[in-house]
Amino acid sequence: MLCERCGKKNASVHVTKITEGKKTEVYLCDHCAKEKGEFEFPFEGKFPLHQFFSGLMGLPAGSSEKVIPTGYGGLQCPECGLTYTQFGQIGHFGCDRCYESFGKNLLPLLRRLHGNQKHMGKIPARAGSYVKLKKEIESLREELQRKVAEEAFEEAAEVRDKIRKLESECPPGGENLG
Amino acid sequence: MDKEERAEDTNNPMDEIIRGSEEENKLQQTRRMEIASKWMEGTGPEADIVISTRVRLARNMRNFPFPPLASDEQREKVLKLAEDVFLKNEEKSPELQILNINSLSPVYRQVLLEKHLISPLLSKENRFSALILRDDEVISIMVNEEDHFRIQCLLPGLQLEKGWQEASRYDDFLEAHVDYAFDEEKGYLTACPTNVGTGLRASVMLHLPAIVLTQQINRILSAVSQVGLAVRGLYGEGTEIVGNLLQISNQITLGQSEEEIWQNLYSVTSQLINQEKNAREHLLNEGREKIADRAGRAYGILKYARMIDSQEVMQLLSDIRLGVDLGLLKDVPVKVLNELLVLTRPGCLQYLNGKTLSPYERDLERAVQIQKWLA
Ligand SMILES: [Zn+2]
Ligand SMILES: [Zn+2]
Repeated sequence: MLCERCGKKNASVHVTKITEGKKTEVYLCDHCAKEKGEFEFPFEGKFPLHQFFSGLMGLPAGSSEKVIPTGYGGLQCPECGLTYTQFGQIGHFGCDRCYESFGKNLLPLLRRLHGNQKHMGKIPARAGSYVKLKKEIESLREELQRKVAEEAFEEAAEVRDKIRKLESECPPGGENLG
Repeated sequence: MDKEERAEDTNNPMDEIIRGSEEENKLQQTRRMEIASKWMEGTGPEADIVISTRVRLARNMRNFPFPPLASDEQREKVLKLAEDVFLKNEEKSPELQILNINSLSPVYRQVLLEKHLISPLLSKENRFSALILRDDEVISIMVNEEDHFRIQCLLPGLQLEKGWQEASRYDDFLEAHVDYAFDEEKGYLTACPTNVGTGLRASVMLHLPAIVLTQQINRILSAVSQVGLAVRGLYGEGTEIVGNLLQISNQITLGQSEEEIWQNLYSVTSQLINQEKNAREHLLNEGREKIADRAGRAYGILKYARMIDSQEVMQLLSDIRLGVDLGLLKDVPVKVLNELLVLTRPGCLQYLNGKTLSPYERDLERAVQIQKWLA
């Protein structure tokens, strides 16, 4: 068997990698195995992501645009021009707007990759200020309902004013942070 | 002291091969110090098993194409912004420097790669990519890699919490000046869907010789990969990992908080440390002399070899390290072992020599550098 890296010498080393819980096996010659040993403590996985994605997205692996049935073609990011098909091929987004553009189509992929689809971590101070504001408004609305139920109308009016003030601070564009 | 006196001082029969001119030696000394890094110090919690901890955050600018699709002008803007934020700040700039990748020689890029300060991808970038580096090299920020910014904290030993906090501090600082691509549902938006959410990748590099020697490694690796962590290590024939070193990192970035992510990695790492400690205990009880012999032989080969390839070096360093950790081999600082791990890589060897070397020449030069280091 020939070395899978250089394709010249005979493979004498069998390299097994476990990534994403999957084993991948490579056969290398002495020289290439050494070279790899010298260069790589890869921080990121090195397996061909695009093929993996294509599989998840229901696209044939390694497919080119020509063989993709129509219907996928409709999805395109208006900001960077990347199509959903291209995304499947390269496994990378072109810009932050791609997430919005491909919308719900991404959810199965995200679930497969992460087992989740909702961010639970850090919220940045500035970019997240709208998110924080929205959460604050939500909790004030709940308070307002409580006050009304308790017939504490004066306090309720205060809470309502707070809500209005916060709402006026919301950046235009609503849901879309942009 | 002059050269002749030095020669009489030592009883190293190989001494003549390490002698260069005074000037060459000075230059090499400077370069060796340049290669040494904070994470190689061999300090920090659990340093006898955990060599280093790394935490990185992927961040992007809003309404800006990710670097691979960005135009030169757009990439230049991102770079300029990073420079303004970090290098023109009174508090931060004194300890930071910026290295424009396209101004670096291929050999120096490889040195940075071997030191884990840049990724293979960044090392090949020529369009407005940079590395912002703190003096101690604990903090490094890649600009225009796959994402606009990648903030990395690299520490010796097991320091996941500190790594996260440090990286997060720089993240806060950057975010005060940059509009981040952030979505309420999906978190930090990244070029690759494998990073979306927290954008956090935490990893530890472990030295697990006793687990390997007691043939538990495969069982342990499959257990680790089943709890959502990635294990990376090079395998030779059968089960042996090169140098008994492997890296474990989180894979999930969406749906867990940063604390959950690093704590999960921490608890798995702690279990591995316990396993390794038990296995070392077992080795000490059952085969103390064997392990001491192995370490001593490894030291002898490293010290007197005339040519040596890097895979052998890694195995020998592992044998020595185990001997040192178990108190069977004295007077070899772990710092030296860590530095040798990097110093004996092709990029570093060529950097020390100031010229490109063939694989054969590297094997020769590797032996020379090791002798200098162990002297
Ligand atoms: Zn080969
Ligand atoms: Zn896009």
